[in-house]
Amino acid sequence: MACVLETPLRMSVLSEVTASSRHYVDRLFDPDPQKVLQGVMLLYLLQQETSSTELRTECAVVLGSLAMGTENNVKSLLDCHIIPILLQGLLSPELKFIEACLRCLRTIFTSPVTPEELLYTDAAVIPHLMALLSRSRYTQEYICQIFSHCCKLRHWHSCGFKSSPQPLLCANGPDHQTILFNHGAVQNIAHLLSSTSYKVRMQALKCFSVLAFENPQVSMTLVNVLVDGELLPQIFVKMLQRDKPIEMQLTSAKCLTYMCRAGAIRTDDNYIVLKTLPALVRMCSKERLLEERVEGAETLAYLIETDVELQRIASITDHLISMLSDYFKYPSSVSAITDIKRLDHDLKHAHELRQAAFKLYASLGANDEDIRKKIIETENMMDRIVNGLSESSIKVRLSAVRCLHSLSRSVQQLRTSFQDHAVWKPLMKVLQNAPDEVLVVASSTLCNLLLEFSPSKEPILESGAIELLCSLTQSENLALRVNGIWALMNMAFQAEQKIKADILRGLSTEQLFQLLSDSDVNVLMKTLGLLRNLLSTRPHIDQIMSTHGKQIMQAVTLILEGEHNIEVKEQTLCILANIADGTTAKELIMTNDDILQKIKYYMSHSNAKLQLAAMFCISNLIWNEEEGSQERQDKLRDIGIVDILHKLSQSSDPNLCDKAKTALQQYLA
Amino acid sequence: MQFFFQAERGGWDKHSYGYHGDDGHSFCSSGTGQPYGPTFTTGDVIGCCVNLINNTCFYTKNGHSLGIAFTDLPSNLYPTVGLQTPGEIVDANFGQQPFVFDIEDYMREWRAKIQSTIKRFPVGDRLGEWQTMLQNMVSSYLVHHGYCSTATAFARVTDTTIQEEQISIKNRQRIQKLVLAGRVGEAIEATQQLYPGLLEHNPNLLFTLKCRQFVEMVNGTDSEVRCFSARSPKSQDSYPASPSLSPRHGSTNSHIHSAGVDSPSCSNGVTSTKSKQSHSKYPALTSSSSSSSSSSPSSVNYSESNSTDSTKSQQHSSTSNQETSDSEMEMEAEHYPNGVLENSTRIMNGTYKQEEILQTDESSMEDSCPQRQLCGGNHAATERMIQFGRELQTLSEQLCREYGKNTMHKKMLQVGLCLQPELAHSRSRSELRAWRGVGAALVSAVVLGIMGHLQPAHKAVLFCVSPPPHLVPQPAARAALRLAAPGAACLAEGHTLVACEYLPVFCAAVCLTACVSSPSPGCLQLVGLLGPLELPRGAAAGSSSEGACVRCSQQCYIGVSEPAKAAPADAGPGPGL
Repeated sequence: MACVLETPLRMSVLSEVTASSRHYVDRLFDPDPQKVLQGVMLLYLLQQETSSTELRTECAVVLGSLAMGTENNVKSLLDCHIIPILLQGLLSPELKFIEACLRCLRTIFTSPVTPEELLYTDAAVIPHLMALLSRSRYTQEYICQIFSHCCKLRHWHSCGFKSSPQPLLCANGPDHQTILFNHGAVQNIAHLLSSTSYKVRMQALKCFSVLAFENPQVSMTLVNVLVDGELLPQIFVKMLQRDKPIEMQLTSAKCLTYMCRAGAIRTDDNYIVLKTLPALVRMCSKERLLEERVEGAETLAYLIETDVELQRIASITDHLISMLSDYFKYPSSVSAITDIKRLDHDLKHAHELRQAAFKLYASLGANDEDIRKKIIETENMMDRIVNGLSESSIKVRLSAVRCLHSLSRSVQQLRTSFQDHAVWKPLMKVLQNAPDEVLVVASSTLCNLLLEFSPSKEPILESGAIELLCSLTQSENLALRVNGIWALMNMAFQAEQKIKADILRGLSTEQLFQLLSDSDVNVLMKTLGLLRNLLSTRPHIDQIMSTHGKQIMQAVTLILEGEHNIEVKEQTLCILANIADGTTAKELIMTNDDILQKIKYYMSHSNAKLQLAAMFCISNLIWNEEEGSQERQDKLRDIGIVDILHKLSQSSDPNLCDKAKTALQQYLA
Repeated sequence: MQFFFQAERGGWDKHSYGYHGDDGHSFCSSGTGQPYGPTFTTGDVIGCCVNLINNTCFYTKNGHSLGIAFTDLPSNLYPTVGLQTPGEIVDANFGQQPFVFDIEDYMREWRAKIQSTIKRFPVGDRLGEWQTMLQNMVSSYLVHHGYCSTATAFARVTDTTIQEEQISIKNRQRIQKLVLAGRVGEAIEATQQLYPGLLEHNPNLLFTLKCRQFVEMVNGTDSEVRCFSARSPKSQDSYPASPSLSPRHGSTNSHIHSAGVDSPSCSNGVTSTKSKQSHSKYPALTSSSSSSSSSSPSSVNYSESNSTDSTKSQQHSSTSNQETSDSEMEMEAEHYPNGVLENSTRIMNGTYKQEEILQTDESSMEDSCPQRQLCGGNHAATERMIQFGRELQTLSEQLCREYGKNTMHKKMLQVGLCLQPELAHSRSRSELRAWRGVGAALVSAVVLGIMGHLQPAHKAVLFCVSPPPHLVPQPAARAALRLAAPGAACLAEGHTLVACEYLPVFCAAVCLTACVSSPSPGCLQLVGLLGPLELPRGAAAGSSSEGACVRCSQQCYIGVSEPAKAAPADAGPGPGL
């Protein structure tokens, strides 16, 4: 060891050796503590203010080489607290030494095992890095690279899709984008886009793509930044030109995409419609590398996800839909025979390609029926989705379900190709023991498949969907609860008695109450919707009310008394109206003075919708031809309903007026 | 470029390609379409881009590329728009306004592609090798074309040697010029005399040459019949035995003799006899043609004292005039003020101005045609020509027996034969033009044939211009060469060598050198991109305000078609290749 550290000259020899020989680097971190000590020793030397700058620089270089080794190397270095030491080194006045430290930091931060938080633990670090940006093209390159790798938490979570409603913020305080933004990252990095060094330009561009992602604040700022008299979007568009390196085209397309999705650029802006979108479509072509095709398709999927017009344009551009079907042809049969290396490469990317294609198909078919039809008519499309649903890779399964979800919005497809390929089978399989993010999309798809006109409804019911959906309603995950109850609601619509009974049994009254007191209004609305669907047609109403009448009436009272919005109250009154339509169920209302008072209250409510819903209740109760109508009419007159009816018959609202007049006629008859 | 109104839909006919607005299908010379793109209708801007580098075509709708529609397109396409409903209006944009589609960006991509192909072109391991090859290429180019003194000078500067003797170069030059002047018989004889065995080894080449000679006889250019048309005193019965006359004697033949070679006499046919013609009948080519020979024999500048010949030269000039006026007419077609609107490129369906154009075309043909006469109008010459035709037929049959069927021969013969009855007809002009292409190719074949015997150096040229296919993707390489060194590319594609001669002497080699050593965008100008044809929005809006109604919106077909004229016949591969 002594000889290794003898002179700076030797050190540089070592750094060359380490860089070129992975084997040697790995050996430095041998289980043998003696050898690991070498690294510690280097760190020690690097810290010593007394050692010469050359020696310290060489130390940083060697450490950088070590960090290039396996992930274990990086872990060991992190354990030795290399990051604070290197950050300390940045305070040195020597540019060479600073550059060496930054290079080493860059290598460490780009490793997947390094926690990004380490960059933000000391509040002084970011401002110092910003200041170093002006020192040299190397500091610029490395710092930008560090920033773009230490700002990715948000990026990972949402992955470009809104359907997963997890919280997007990082665990600790303000997110990294905001920290960097607040320290003037945009202004400091913007001028690097005109640097003469390609690497600097590229890293600066990457930085912006990371900063702008799902961040309206950053994006709005970016649109107005001037560099050499040009606005940033203009510069990005220039970087999109077809003769620029692909990496640059792709990254600038990402920047523009993120700015667009963050609301800083309109979706009908020519920069998006005529520049960004075609560039991304080109990235999906066969001529591009597999990695580029994956990124291109994912970014395009994100760009067009919520805009029908962009979806339409993308669908006609350069045969995109059939181009995507090539994504499923890896590893190709040719590559398997001719070239082991290529086979390996293909295999590695096959999953990524498939999931990217599914994602893009999902976005393309999100809104337009014609596009969905075109997608389904692509060769083997349904088979591919069905296969994708049962793939081992979660990413592929997830995006296959997304694609299916998108296509399931088509009534025609639900009736035809979905039925032909029995997609419900693999879908039900996906729903067993899947992670939440898959479950969310899969259950949304199930909601569509359970629609009344869907021929898949029957077999899904038979395969035990009720139980599954009922269990979903107990999930911690809000989206799953919503989807579960939503699917049950769809299932109960015009269903036969047995299914309704099964739902009630599966859900249990406790769970039903639990859902009715859910903090989320969506869950509440769908649960009320379920109740309303359950309580339709007279025999069903009487049947259900005879077994669950007490609890339901309690729940209704609770909601009508609680602080809820108009829609919820309206839905609840509609349930009451349904109950009032029953034969025996009517009595549950008539004998409940509390409820009757509430109905009376809502008849004179300021909101016409609620008035109307309450009127439905009343007219169901006083309808002449039914048994015991006279008693009910009398009772209601006693509590002053008739007076209100008279008042309402003078109402300016024609609906209310009509309804009130019809009700009064029942009294006259 | 021509703008046609086709009654039928683009893409249905042979060699026509179209994209239909009603169903969004593409039609590739067939009545059944393939699903291609979206439908289009009034207000849409449809663009068509033909990529002459890889011979593909794509359409755009409102600035969005719809993807490749056709591959392996032939050259010589012109834009067409098919309209079905009377009163329908399209606006055509050939680039006078900015295109909605970013064509500049597309061209940038291709420039970059080609540049990188050139950059990645493998250069031999040893540095010197490349330079030697380039020098060889330049040298052999010069030798090939007979730039004798330039070649000598080049050899001196670069310290290389020319393998072919100067006399040989000049001989080849002479033969070449004979062929170019249409005096094929003399050329054949000169070849036989100077390079005995060459034509015997290449019966196909001989046949091709004779076909060419036959055409020239019909034309009246070949010396075998020219002697008749010039009212030669030579009696007709002596003809079969000694069919021809020597083309040049004494000092009048300055361009050939200037080199100081005492050339052996050359005559048409098989036997070589001294001419019975007087010198004055044959002043040969003027000096102007000796400095630069032309791309096509039709424009060779004759100045002969003979009265018939002067008529002939008039005829030539009228022919060329006609060609010029013809092409002007084609250009004008873009400006039809058809129908109601006077806008320069606004074209309206319904009335057919085209008919008038055709009429003018025909009448102008008729004007020029009476001047043309079979074999210069001489009866004896005509008989000789017919006899020669029979000989040719026999030769063809013989070749057929020996080497099997050759459709190329048949075609050549047919063209030659059909010239006779139709000579007076206007069609012959285009046929002849096509034949001149063949003739020019023959020149290169002859020269290369000789070169193949004498000098292996020209292989350097061939290597450079057509590297082994595994080295460079062929189309890209061809395109690169076409851009970098048009002359070299001509060679590579078996085109006429004649075309090269208009280039500055070093153009080919220097360009290629420039590309290989330091690719600059300057030498990489894309020539092949036809501007997209666009139908801007303004069309519909403008017309409705003027009261004209746009009735049909869905029956517009955009396409490209090959011109109706006969395409030049394929040049036979030279024996040297």
